[in-house]
Amino acid sequence: MLKYLVRRISATLVVLTLISMSVFLIFDVLPMDPARLTCGKACSPAVVEANRHRLGLDVPVQVQYGRWVKGLFVGRTYGEGQAEFTCAAPAFGYSFNRHECVTDLLKSAFPVTLSLAIGAFLLWLFVGVSLGIVAARFKNRWPDRASNVFVLVGTSLPTFISGILILLFVALKFGFVNPIDLGKWISPFENPLGWINTFIFPWITLALAYAATYTRFTRSNVIETSSEDYIRTARAKGLSEKVILRKHTLRAALAPIVTLAGLDFAGLLGGAIITEGIFNLPGLGRLSIRAVLNDYDLPIIVATTMLAATFLVVMNLLVDILYAYIDPRVRVA
Amino acid sequence: MSAFLEVKNLTVSFPTEDGLVQASNDISFSVDRGETLAVVGESGSGKSVTSLAIMGLHNRQTTNINGSAVLNLESGPIDVISAPEDQVRRLRGKAMSMIFQDPMSALHPYYSIGDQLSEAWRLYNKGDKKAGFKRATEMLELVGIPDASTRVKEFPHQFSGGMRQRVMIAMALINNPSLLIADEPTTALDVTVQSQILQLLKDMQKEFNMAVILITHDLGVVAEVADRVNVMYAGKIVEQAIADSIYYTPDHPYTIGLLNSIPRVDQLEGKRLIAIPGQPPSLINLPQGCSFRKRCTFADQVADNLCATVAPSLDVKESAHFSRCHLTEKQLVAARGGK
Repeated sequence: MLKYLVRRISATLVVLTLISMSVFLIFDVLPMDPARLTCGKACSPAVVEANRHRLGLDVPVQVQYGRWVKGLFVGRTYGEGQAEFTCAAPAFGYSFNRHECVTDLLKSAFPVTLSLAIGAFLLWLFVGVSLGIVAARFKNRWPDRASNVFVLVGTSLPTFISGILILLFVALKFGFVNPIDLGKWISPFENPLGWINTFIFPWITLALAYAATYTRFTRSNVIETSSEDYIRTARAKGLSEKVILRKHTLRAALAPIVTLAGLDFAGLLGGAIITEGIFNLPGLGRLSIRAVLNDYDLPIIVATTMLAATFLVVMNLLVDILYAYIDPRVRVA
Repeated sequence: MSAFLEVKNLTVSFPTEDGLVQASNDISFSVDRGETLAVVGESGSGKSVTSLAIMGLHNRQTTNINGSAVLNLESGPIDVISAPEDQVRRLRGKAMSMIFQDPMSALHPYYSIGDQLSEAWRLYNKGDKKAGFKRATEMLELVGIPDASTRVKEFPHQFSGGMRQRVMIAMALINNPSLLIADEPTTALDVTVQSQILQLLKDMQKEFNMAVILITHDLGVVAEVADRVNVMYAGKIVEQAIADSIYYTPDHPYTIGLLNSIPRVDQLEGKRLIAIPGQPPSLINLPQGCSFRKRCTFADQVADNLCATVAPSLDVKESAHFSRCHLTEKQLVAARGGK
């Protein structure tokens, strides 16, 4: 197991290194010049060059990459003399548009995205899996049909529609949310109720889409597992239907959901662009989309891309380790 | 004195969109403790359907089951067909057990062998998990699994097919059942392992004084272990007799055909094996008359086209030898002699 872990973790580090290199390379070949963008209307070539030097863009891309990696571990100082500015490790870069260390921007955006992801995740996992189990148990009867309607609505409504509908016709219409408070970050440790109030509608919006998939997935897995030979064996032993479902069917049927759930959750941690946009949540998704659309803020884009990739890769590793505990057949390999 | 299991007029059918599937039709037989009844027939002849009905493993909502299957327990007789589902469930694994064809898929891949065995034991016995594992280890030793105390903690994928079937047998026998139904227990196994498993079943039957119903399509298996034989065709028992009688004086053209289609050590070399022509009929639209008629080479010997109009009943041909055929004993003797 230790050997396996060492192997997997080193593979993960390699993947992350490759991802960061690709991200850097992509931005290097793009036909945009951040130095030019920071310069404004009255711009002379001399100023552009000075800015380019200040931003550290006047050196070859591999040197830029080396500085960036070094900054991650020891921090980094930008500019010279009076304009000198230091970002502490781990320094993801310095946003020349916002004049802030990217790490600080990430630090303030991440709790929002994390709150959004955790709540939505728990909600859709609970609703999706339990609906799926009920649908499978009452296959082709009314609970199954009802859940099927839910699945259809959930999968066919995009979040930018369901989110707006929920915001306009539920959250604002009935006064659950004050428009002025929309997007104000409330810490769950200081004001738990306020936190829930901020996030409940984004949670529902996100969970609606995911829960539908999970309902369908759980339903088909439970039905498929129910016809396995070992379920017949369990019945032949004399176990009651309740025990068979709980101990035998669900154990096997829900194992693949661990993989699905882990990756979906990790994906959300990178930022939910649409939902964050609709509910004006200052999370990672909004941070990246603004960096892309408004200012071509390269350091932010690199950082959020890296962060999203890291979540996925690390979660992949966690899921694989967890799976070894769930499925003994994986354990020996 | 009645036998341990008495099945009378058991009929199982499944309503489908295409019509009623008559999977097993008017089945009657009995089997007593210490006795092995072999049920022989090709795929779809109703062997498994009948045994699943006895075990109460059909979904009662989607299956029509008529007739009776009475277990004569010490506490009194129980008809498992009409008894409440919960009562039948409490007989499973205790009064009657079943092992299945494919041991590779019949064990839960996520639980250790010990977990699965002790679960079966603890269902009917008071004891913690430790006691369950102890009992499981004893059973594994009994069915001939070497190093049982280590292997009890292992998982199904760490066992070979033959070993898994031994585990299944151990699990089925852990509560000393009076009836064991073995549904093609050796079909998925290597030939060498097959005979080991059959020998094990024989030993276990002696050990526990069980009634055994052995479902198979392998007449070699039947010859090895069976006391009595039911030959099934298209959902019906077409011949019923003691094993020797089936082999030496088969009284149904289907059985004769089956025996002609397998090689025998006492037969001359160079003799061709004869296949039974045609296919078994669809169980949805069973033909009028005898269901074997279209494949039977002797049907034209029966007067008045009787085979096409009247379904033969299960009549006694010799002492304790029943057959569902219009042919006379004399015609059957001629039929046995081949062409």
